[in-house]
Amino acid sequence: MEAIILQVLNGLDKGSAYALIALGLTLIFGTLGVVNFAHGALFMLGAFCAVTFSRLLQLSHSVVDETRTDFLGNPLKVDVYYVQEIFGETAGAAIIDWAVPLSILFAIPVMIAIGVAMERGLIRHFYKRPHADQILVTFGLAIVLQEIIKYFYGANPIPTPAPDAFVGSFDFGVLLGFDPGGIVYPYWRLIYFLFAAVIIAAVFAFLQFTTFGMVVRAGMADRETVTLLGIDIDKRFTIMFGIAAAVAGLAGVMYTPINSPNYHMGMDFLVLSFVVVVVGGMGSLPGAVLAGFLLGIIEAFASMTEVLDVLPGINQIIIYLVAIIVLLTRPRGLMGRKGVMED
Amino acid sequence: MTKSNFTRRGVLKTGATAGAGLAVPTVFTGAVWADGHTGFTNAPQGDTVTLGFNVPQSGPYADEGADELRAFELAVEHLNGEGDGGMLQTFSEKNLDGTGILGKKVAFVTGDTQTKSDAARASARSMIEKDGAIMVSGGSSSGVAVAVQALCQEAGIIFMAGLTHSNDTTGKDKKANGFRHFFNSYMSGAALAPILAAQYGEDRKAYHLTADYNWGYTTQEAVQSSTEAMGWETVNSVLTPLTQTDFSSYIAPVLQSDADILVLNHYGGNMVNSLTNAVQFGLRDREVNGKKFEIVVPLYSELMARGAGENIAGILGSQNWDWKLENELGERYSGTNAFVKSFGEKYGFPPSQAAHTCYVQTLLYADAVTRAGSFNPCAVAEALEGFEFDGLGNGPTLYRADDHQCFKDVVVVRGKESPENEFDLVEIVEVTPADQVTYEPDHPQFAGGSLGECNPGA
Repeated sequence: MEAIILQVLNGLDKGSAYALIALGLTLIFGTLGVVNFAHGALFMLGAFCAVTFSRLLQLSHSVVDETRTDFLGNPLKVDVYYVQEIFGETAGAAIIDWAVPLSILFAIPVMIAIGVAMERGLIRHFYKRPHADQILVTFGLAIVLQEIIKYFYGANPIPTPAPDAFVGSFDFGVLLGFDPGGIVYPYWRLIYFLFAAVIIAAVFAFLQFTTFGMVVRAGMADRETVTLLGIDIDKRFTIMFGIAAAVAGLAGVMYTPINSPNYHMGMDFLVLSFVVVVVGGMGSLPGAVLAGFLLGIIEAFASMTEVLDVLPGINQIIIYLVAIIVLLTRPRGLMGRKGVMED
Repeated sequence: MTKSNFTRRGVLKTGATAGAGLAVPTVFTGAVWADGHTGFTNAPQGDTVTLGFNVPQSGPYADEGADELRAFELAVEHLNGEGDGGMLQTFSEKNLDGTGILGKKVAFVTGDTQTKSDAARASARSMIEKDGAIMVSGGSSSGVAVAVQALCQEAGIIFMAGLTHSNDTTGKDKKANGFRHFFNSYMSGAALAPILAAQYGEDRKAYHLTADYNWGYTTQEAVQSSTEAMGWETVNSVLTPLTQTDFSSYIAPVLQSDADILVLNHYGGNMVNSLTNAVQFGLRDREVNGKKFEIVVPLYSELMARGAGENIAGILGSQNWDWKLENELGERYSGTNAFVKSFGEKYGFPPSQAAHTCYVQTLLYADAVTRAGSFNPCAVAEALEGFEFDGLGNGPTLYRADDHQCFKDVVVVRGKESPENEFDLVEIVEVTPADQVTYEPDHPQFAGGSLGECNPGA
């Protein structure tokens, strides 16, 4: 029983990342009709926003410490952080410690700007082109973006830890009355799940309860009519692209303490996120979220030793198997709308 | 002997001498090779000789490849008499005098393996066919090493392997034209086992997570057999996909088992992520069977350790070499400081073990050519086989003739609790002497395959 609960929890945090990326993908597809293969790269860029912000906070100047030597026997140069000089040693150290959560504030405007620039600068030229062209150009863009990141940050993963207060894990099993040590779950993964839930709720609330959101939903349903009413729907859709980029970026920012970011982390999530979108139903926001969590949990269960003993290798194909079964039984996905991608 | 019809270009390049080359028998004494500068693939013409450095310049191991390339450049500088000479000063053989190799200035070309076997073969082929490389070295993966080694055998080129740790490189996939200085999975297991027993006790239950490819299998087999021999029990062993990034669903069953040791047979990004996830799930804070839970990473890499950050604190593993060896353990490891000084002054940071093995392989090749008096790969192979040397940072070392594997001490390290900087992440726990990690050439973990005949090509 403990194993099942633990795998559900594991599935929830992985599902959170799938759901956030798939939500952005669906937003872009639903508004602009573009299949954006660069969306994984936006997730990666978000993670590198956290790396960049963390490095900005750690800008320093060197002071020679004559009492110590470096690996060549020369006097050691010790880094002194500007943040600590400005805010004092304790406060400065705390700011550096909280780099990842603080980088949310940095990532939101940066990712919106990147999203808008991407849409205005490149993707809008492909609206009337076939989906295959859109896939090719966005996939190419993803490769360019990851190579740029590799050029500046290298190929190695870069450790970006959570604040000390959230390092470690808590015993979830004791809360549920199980033996101590049976269901141990890292603090940060729980925070990641809660964060994803808040972001998803915020996106839905924005679309549901604001005038802007109402116009966007109307545009998604009938673009021509909304345009005839004198509304500049293209401008709003561009902003939605920026918001979708920010959602993917925030998913990336908060993911950095779970796995050290590297330049190809976006590609690792991209294909699975597309499967999530297809299983959820192209163009369906609730479908994307539901499928994200569902596939995350199924993937976690497929990695259980008991399952692997019976079906070796099932963990590597389970998501695609589920996708095939869902598409055979419900061709539009779990919550897909009629007419979407069916022309 | 093996006839090679590798490329038309290669055959043309050696021109009229090709026929003579095909007629050369494979078993010779050094004296016979002494005046031979023809009759083999890419026999150097003019006053330069070209070496081919095939390293990952893109892909996940690009940083390790960049470090290998730095070391190769340094080795070429030293061979050509530039810089401070590095390990030429400490090498037990004194044949290299800074005038290139056999009086020919050393030039080099580079290729990008991308850590993909097909790409690595293509870049090696290009360096051999288009650039006339006489020797190929480098790499950061056993899959690549085995693939390029086979290509070099076919082409009649010497392959001086870079970072490759799988038993198979000098086991079932060994080739007469291939040589490995780096240690292997068996040696990691043999070196670690006594230290694991001493540190953690002989009554332990180990759970293995193993990367689902050749290197993972041989490493798990080696560590499992070594630890079981000293009393440990292996409670489970699970293969993880090479593409896996989040290992939480593999860590969770460890919590449910009664294992008190987790062995991560992972390398590169896999190692960084699995170790990070294991620490996140509190494994290092656990107590099982009345014992503190421990994690073991059989193959350490300084570059990967940087990716794992503070999560490597206290984790035991093994290395081929460490830049602190001579400072901490004395003159036995002479050459280390000379190399660290050359490398550190040129690049501003200490070299990785990948850089070290590539630098050493280049010097060993150059020395073998000089001793043989010929670039003929069969003469070079003969000079390397059974060659005993010292002063290259690892202590006394033997290049065994039976399998072209170097035998030397293995360094057991532990992640530092409080590293002072990003280059000082591990501390040396102990060095396991070469005789404790030496095995018979027909050891079961190296069974199958044979060196075959040396191929001079052309």
